[in-house]
Amino acid sequence: MADDKDVLRDVWFGRIPTSFTLYQDEITEREADPYYLLLPRVSYLTLVTDKVKKHFQKVMKQEDMGEMWLEYEGTPLKWHYPIGLLFDLHASNTALPWNITVHFKNFPEKDLLHCTSNYVIEAHFMSCIKEADALKHKGQVINEMQKKDHKQLWMGLQNDKFDQFWAINRKLMEYSVEEGGFRYIPFRIYQTTSDRPFIQKLFRPVTAEGQTHTLGDLLKEMFSAAVTPDDGEKKYQVVIHGIEPVLETPLQWLSEHLSYPDNFLHISVIPMPTD
Amino acid sequence: MSESADSSAEPSAETATVEETAGSADEKKKIDILLKAVGDAPIMKTKKWSVERSRTVQALGLFIKKFLKLEPAEQLFIYVNQSFAPSPDQEVGTLFECFGSDGKLVLHYCKSQAWG
Repeated sequence: MADDKDVLRDVWFGRIPTSFTLYQDEITEREADPYYLLLPRVSYLTLVTDKVKKHFQKVMKQEDMGEMWLEYEGTPLKWHYPIGLLFDLHASNTALPWNITVHFKNFPEKDLLHCTSNYVIEAHFMSCIKEADALKHKGQVINEMQKKDHKQLWMGLQNDKFDQFWAINRKLMEYSVEEGGFRYIPFRIYQTTSDRPFIQKLFRPVTAEGQTHTLGDLLKEMFSAAVTPDDGEKKYQVVIHGIEPVLETPLQWLSEHLSYPDNFLHISVIPMPTD
Repeated sequence: MSESADSSAEPSAETATVEETAGSADEKKKIDILLKAVGDAPIMKTKKWSVERSRTVQALGLFIKKFLKLEPAEQLFIYVNQSFAPSPDQEVGTLFECFGSDGKLVLHYCKSQAWG
């Protein structure tokens, strides 16, 4: 069970200073100033950018405003990925604030899912939790919860209430001592250099002999190029919540403490900065 | 003169080719899925399909809708383990790896939300 509460708090309250600039081709009635926000890493873009929309609404005509979508250096940002993952994957090693471009036209249908209301985000979030619990406990924990507990997980995230969220989420982090961890670790490994959305496979927190699996063990099996050989040059950074955890970190501990609220460990593998 | 040393190292190409060469091409690229109707969704005559691993849930959903001749505006929900709806951009190959059993992936589809 998760007991390192300070770590959980630090992860939950992680913020990314961000500036939002209107795309140059958008039609405005007067010049639009950029808008600044501290984005919660664990949340979703479309859940926390109402103020951005309202800000640009002031200088635009209603008929020129389609569904808002966001982009960073030419890459449309997927709202259904947690914010911290998007930043780690696309914007690590760049100067802050994170410069996001705001669009109201030409929605990139191929790259992004529509997000018509907060209900769409809630449904996506709950599905991720269920999928994660299917891996961790064959879905038994989430299925035994009541509807109001599910709601509390969502409301905790939506309203940025750490205690409200963790009062329920702690149950999803439990496991039997004999087993030494979850059945399988819910993880996803992302890379910018691949067309595939992510790598996700079955991986246990302990070996058949009862030995602890580490982050390094996982990477060696899933994406060996990400692990620097003893005599080699470091080519990739492995980033979770903006930090590079040491590869000896037990995977079970990471899953309990560094998972996003959707209960997945989202791992970014990014090329080393060249300068 | 030092140029020849640089050209020998191509880090990103490695991972892509490993998958390609492993196993005979068609066998590895496709998986079997079993489609089951829930609630008021029409039953498909052919239930078992061989699908490319890289096919997304969204593309699969469009295929089912076309097969069942549903209106474009009609909704279709796809569920894994009768519990969660994978996100539309998820690949069926990944779902098969994690939730497949007996060599196939069972998916339920319905026209209204079946599982919360």
